[in-house]
Amino acid sequence: MRIDVNAFLGRYPFRRAPGGSPQALIEGMDRTGIDQAWISNLSAIFWRDPTEGNSVLYQAAEYQPRFKPVPAIHPGLPNWARVLREGVDRKAPSLRCDPTFYGLEPDGGEMRALVAACGAAGMPLLMAVRLEDGRQRHPNDRAAELPPSAVRTLLRVHPGVRLLITHADREFIEQVHFGSTPAEAARVLWDICWIWGPPEDHLQILLGTIGVERFTFGSALPLRLPENIAAKLDLLDISAEDRARIEAGNLQAFLAL
Amino acid sequence: MTLIDVHAHFYHPASPRADWAERNASRLKAGEKLGITCHIASILGSWGRTSPTYFPSPRDVSAGNETLLALQRGLPALIRGYVCVNPNYTEHALSEIERCLAAGLIGIKLAASRRADDPLLDPICEAARNHRVPVLQHIWQGRRHEWPGQEASDAAELATLARRHPEVPFILAHLAGGGDWLHSLHAVRERSNVYVDLSGSGVDGGMLEACIEAVGTDRLLWGADITLDTGWAKLRYLERLLPAEQLDAVRWKNAARIFPPKSLIPDS
Repeated sequence: MRIDVNAFLGRYPFRRAPGGSPQALIEGMDRTGIDQAWISNLSAIFWRDPTEGNSVLYQAAEYQPRFKPVPAIHPGLPNWARVLREGVDRKAPSLRCDPTFYGLEPDGGEMRALVAACGAAGMPLLMAVRLEDGRQRHPNDRAAELPPSAVRTLLRVHPGVRLLITHADREFIEQVHFGSTPAEAARVLWDICWIWGPPEDHLQILLGTIGVERFTFGSALPLRLPENIAAKLDLLDISAEDRARIEAGNLQAFLAL
Repeated sequence: MTLIDVHAHFYHPASPRADWAERNASRLKAGEKLGITCHIASILGSWGRTSPTYFPSPRDVSAGNETLLALQRGLPALIRGYVCVNPNYTEHALSEIERCLAAGLIGIKLAASRRADDPLLDPICEAARNHRVPVLQHIWQGRRHEWPGQEASDAAELATLARRHPEVPFILAHLAGGGDWLHSLHAVRERSNVYVDLSGSGVDGGMLEACIEAVGTDRLLWGADITLDTGWAKLRYLERLLPAEQLDAVRWKNAARIFPPKSLIPDS
């Protein structure tokens, strides 16, 4: 079983990235052995109201059982409590929030209120550190990257907060993990799409220092080639059991927290 | 199956990295998994320990090249190397090219010590032409301003240099290594003596199709630089995208064509 928590439908506004349709996503999944994809609406991240893209995700997931919707929630909009309730009622595995793309302080009052409510409702929240390499972003693509300090702050807001962080590199992960208590750090799951393999071996090192249980499979399809995640796994020195945990087991345990 | 990595690096004990041996071993071990049959590497001086990585002193340049020659002698079937030079020291650069090519290195590495279109690079390119070796030029894709620690060049500047030296094959370094790769593809599309090295940490969807559309498979070179995982990902994608003959061109045949005869494939 291989679950990709970091997949998108829709278009990226700042460069051409082929794909974005349900059919193209399925093709990418089949190509790389991904059984299930958690889908976010890529286009809607850049809309004034990103929650307008949620209905497409719910529809796609109803039509294609291999998709699970990750609806967007914007704590600066008055509808956010309703969006959270809808996510819980419709059994979304997680919500997502991209505060810097919404023009919000990533650890400001709105975000703290949101994660507290998600924590109380038992709803994980997915956040991306970045969507693209900072060196190649469009001149008008100016949203800041999510800082590690914001993740540390949000983890402390409520004991039930669970964060799924995508596109983080080794340094970011270490700053959050070792800047948190063990109980706080146990409530974060990291996708591996931005962590370097050999010869720097950042992923192998993190599995040893932070623990295999903290990592999960995420590809950033269609912005990035999903072959990258399969290659990272194939280059690790890990047991078949640990590999299976990264591919799905850790995520299932995280959801059961 | 032959697979040539045209953009590799090795470290050494005189670099700042305490883990230099682990990193070198990791490259070779991962390379074995990928099926890399030849790592064509460079060492940029002391990697910052006694002079800056991208502005290495002549002494550090020579020491780095000497280390690379020793690595090549230790694993002659697996490691080949570029002679790294700092063009600001013309006399030293030219003598280093003579010394290291005679000793067995097979290309020239220009990092970011001097802009690619600067006249100081001309004598180095003349030496490349005389020895019939390619020049690997470090590139910042679509550079819009200066970056600290280097005098980085972009593909337009490399294209200017390549126009002045049409007989020299130039390798545009790490297209996927950060910056606007589409800018680079536009800049070198018409420059038939510029080859595109696919290395770098980027695995952007659509990038490989854009490369093929811009320069064709005859000017693409496979490489990994400092992330073999992303190199392998691009290779896996190309395996589905390209027919066998074109895939072989990217895997090794294009490299074998631009490096000195028999330097990569002894019986070729």
